[in-house]
Amino acid sequence: MSEFTLVNVTLADGSVTNVGVADGVIKFIGTEIVGESIDSKGLMALPGFVDLHTHLREPGFEQSETVLSGSRAAALGGFTAVHAMANTMPVADTAGVVEQIKSLGDEAGLLEVQPIGAVTVGLGGERLAELGAMANSRAKVTIFSDDGKCVSDPLLMRRALAYVKSFDGVIAQHAQEPRLTENSQMHEGSVSAELGLAGWPAVAEESIIARDVLLAEATGSRLHICHLSTAGSVEIIRWAKQRGIKVTAEVTPHHLLLTDELARTYDPVYKVNPPLRTDADVKALREALVDGTIDIVATDHAPHPVEAKECEWSAAAFGMLGLETAASIAQLVLIDSGASNWQRFSEVMSVNPAGISRLENQGQALAVGNVANITVINPTASRVISGGGASKSSNQPYEGIELPGAIIHTIFRGAFSVRDSKLAK
Amino acid sequence: MKHLVSVADLNREAAIAILDTSLEMSEVNDRDIKKLPTLRGKTVVNLFFEDSTRTRISFEVAAKRLSADVINFAAKGSSVSKGESLKDTAQTLEAIGADAVVIRHHASGAAHMLANSGWVKGSVINAGDGTHEHPTQALLDAFTLRNAIHKDARGKGLDGVSVAIVGDIAHSRVARSNLVLLKKLGAKVYLVGPPTLLPNALIKQADGFSFSLDEAIATFELDAVMMLRVQLERMTAGFFPSEREYARIWGLNADRLAMLGPETFVMHPGPMNRGLEIDAASADSKNSLVLQQVANGVSVRMAVLYHLLSGGENE
Repeated sequence: MSEFTLVNVTLADGSVTNVGVADGVIKFIGTEIVGESIDSKGLMALPGFVDLHTHLREPGFEQSETVLSGSRAAALGGFTAVHAMANTMPVADTAGVVEQIKSLGDEAGLLEVQPIGAVTVGLGGERLAELGAMANSRAKVTIFSDDGKCVSDPLLMRRALAYVKSFDGVIAQHAQEPRLTENSQMHEGSVSAELGLAGWPAVAEESIIARDVLLAEATGSRLHICHLSTAGSVEIIRWAKQRGIKVTAEVTPHHLLLTDELARTYDPVYKVNPPLRTDADVKALREALVDGTIDIVATDHAPHPVEAKECEWSAAAFGMLGLETAASIAQLVLIDSGASNWQRFSEVMSVNPAGISRLENQGQALAVGNVANITVINPTASRVISGGGASKSSNQPYEGIELPGAIIHTIFRGAFSVRDSKLAK
Repeated sequence: MKHLVSVADLNREAAIAILDTSLEMSEVNDRDIKKLPTLRGKTVVNLFFEDSTRTRISFEVAAKRLSADVINFAAKGSSVSKGESLKDTAQTLEAIGADAVVIRHHASGAAHMLANSGWVKGSVINAGDGTHEHPTQALLDAFTLRNAIHKDARGKGLDGVSVAIVGDIAHSRVARSNLVLLKKLGAKVYLVGPPTLLPNALIKQADGFSFSLDEAIATFELDAVMMLRVQLERMTAGFFPSEREYARIWGLNADRLAMLGPETFVMHPGPMNRGLEIDAASADSKNSLVLQQVANGVSVRMAVLYHLLSGGENE
């Protein structure tokens, strides 16, 4: 095990100190030096980032991404843990599949790959998958989601919420009323009307969230809402939290930055589900992230091969990359805007997602004795985004945009997965 | 001008220039020998991913009358139905040296994609993309209306002319293109139809709207009504309850024709559902411009090809 000290590194509270790592844990925070000295003046050390919503595509869609390539992209993005979404082929709806994904993650060894289990068999929305078996497997699944599809049947959703209570699980809902979004292509509004693309109305998201927070209240269960995208959804979550309902919510980086105006290019790189919304929605989501209504930033990293995006809009796949740009957008929204601070940044990028998932050694404060999952960033750097990075796919929507911040080191269990912005292995 | 993907590509002057050229082309079409040598040696490909015999024939005749070589590529029943992508099809056409690609596609934005992709070097003409635009239909509608209203139409717009577009606005590429083009030419445009088929965003661009055809006729002092074809699948999708109810409230019939008066023109982009959005009395009345619309399609498409391919005067 390597021993090293981040010398003169800045913590989230603004203090400057040395952080010493040995035997995979944080040995001290103070003035000493152990092992290699790594000059970290001007850099910030934060709890390693945790992504609650990552499509790693393996097994089944290895032309888009693998657990290894996705792990590389995630490490470069500062993540020490990602949650692999269940919509693989075969679907992650049995103990066998989630254990396989967990093993692939361990083999890659760059970060913790925590599988998410499907709520229903084959994401079919008809019968509950064996949630208990997945929870009790080596993968220790706590989050269940049919993401990509909504658990639209209210009875099934009620049963799922109630069932996962026995192992403190949480249902992560992809809120999309299917009948209201048949063939939908983009946000329903003035742009969709002009472009002649079938609309995805805000009410299709909000009506499911409204229903599900009430079901969560009735069952007393934990509910997590994936990729909140509308101002109305924010209002419902705010109301639910005031009522004491156990609901958490995530927002993606792209919904914090981009709007439906981009669809005017008819470039399918901007096609995503839920769709890019309006300026007013972006503003509401940003405020909600600052005030705590939204708990976390999650990437919804969704790689697709070139041919799935190099075609007419309606034939193209939904989704965009996010792992290597998420922290920069969170910094833009929380720090560079002046709206919040680095402690809040750490909450939404690390502490809260780890808490929702009940991951033991993630999202912890940098404190002596804790497992050394640390992300070191340079907040004053900036870069112009180009290409797909370490992902096997290149469908990122930020080409040519300048974003703040850079990931310098990612430290996973006391070892560098990324050092000086390059993969360490 | 390189492509015609959207009427938004045209300013008022460019639109009037095309309409004026169309007038000259229509004189050619009245001759015994209906042919000009203008596009000799040029190749025009009609790339149709959607069945539309009327539009395809209209473009084909237009290109042939300008002496271009025409290739009809019906994507249905070709390799496209075996999973060939738009990109591969486009690159095949590029390899055979198409100077212009006339594209009809079921996906909104397909023509835009083709024009901006770099897959083809030639001009792209949008012959209808999904529920987005159909710019040559709007040009021929404007041309027909301009000829009907002005004795000498050359150089003129449609200033002060009031037009109601009636029916399924939400899913109509004809309505979208007409709304924008007619307004550029100075017309007042009103949208009429069931609330389920009238998007707010388009209402905002119009000069007025109504959920009732009777109210629109009584209120707007219309110079023309443009009836849109009703797709029967809209009924099964719950946009309106039945054909009979649609015809009762939004169909043009003899009674409404009488309310409109003898000065108001009746238009329809075809093909008509007689007895649904328009009855026989209205379609065949003295006020009807439907047949002129079909005839003018060739002249307008000749003008568009001429402007895009021969370095017309507004280059």
